[in-house]
Amino acid sequence: MSTHFEDLVIGHKTELGSHTFTKAEIIDFATKFDPQRFHMSEEGGKDSLFGALCASGWHTSAVWLRLVVDYRKRIGDQMIYRGERPAKWGPSPGFEKIRWVKPVFVGDTIRFTTAISEKRDSKSRPDVGLLYSLNEGFNQNGDLAFQVTSKMFVERRVPLG
Amino acid sequence: MNDPKHYYEDIVVGRTETLGSTSVTKADIIAFARAFDPQPLHLDEEAAQATMVGRLCASGWHSCAILMRLICDGFLLDAASLGSPGMEEVRFLKPVFPDDELSGRFTCQTKRTLASRPNVGMCRVLFEMTNSAGEVVLSWDTNQLFALREFPAGAEASR
Repeated sequence: MSTHFEDLVIGHKTELGSHTFTKAEIIDFATKFDPQRFHMSEEGGKDSLFGALCASGWHTSAVWLRLVVDYRKRIGDQMIYRGERPAKWGPSPGFEKIRWVKPVFVGDTIRFTTAISEKRDSKSRPDVGLLYSLNEGFNQNGDLAFQVTSKMFVERRVPLG
Repeated sequence: MNDPKHYYEDIVVGRTETLGSTSVTKADIIAFARAFDPQPLHLDEEAAQATMVGRLCASGWHSCAILMRLICDGFLLDAASLGSPGMEEVRFLKPVFPDDELSGRFTCQTKRTLASRPNVGMCRVLFEMTNSAGEVVLSWDTNQLFALREFPAGAEASR
């Protein structure tokens, strides 16, 4: 629940906030979903090509997801507060060009951003448009660590007709 | 760490390999959603009824994490994997519902050794996850790096 498709502006960029990855949460996520040795222990990380324990790329992605979901909800709540009806967001048909550019090590703080990159009309569904966003995560040194292009069906204020 | 079973040379282009199966509970779906994707569709049966899907279903990113686990257990932990630089396209094709039986499979599309690191090979791989009805719920078009078992003559180790 957030902004309507018509009101989304290509190029608009938002700071989503940042997250510091702890050793406990890196190992917890890896234990459930990605138990490769360099995500599971300091020793496993040390003798891998990464050189130290680092987060699963899916963990980094999930943290970005939480920040972007929270951001969209804040926008929706503000609309409700102003007496407006938020647009329905979702589902997502998937995503493209996910890049785990740099490892995310224990104690790294990743700052995430999202920017609207493209808007497409839906041929089959006049009530929604397909929104493309370029999402990025930068570590405390300012290096790009994570990048993904997300796709989301977003409700239109007025259906195409 | 044991010696890997699967090196670059062992990956056959065009052959589909099966991974194991798993299932996902309603509690798993809600726990992942609470942590990472707190939307009504993934959090609450009743609220999910008002959405386009009409039933509580897993976050697409949760289904990715489940497929990652199937890949780890069924292949990657026994492979000379050097990680993945990223993926070209991930498609959420069908919703994943509580107690769905989920199975993984993969097919290498193309492979080549790296000019810059001759002892490393890159495979373009299609990973898929299916449900109990045999429908593909999730697909990944991705690149995966593997070490060569035999170092090419004259190549220096980069591991």
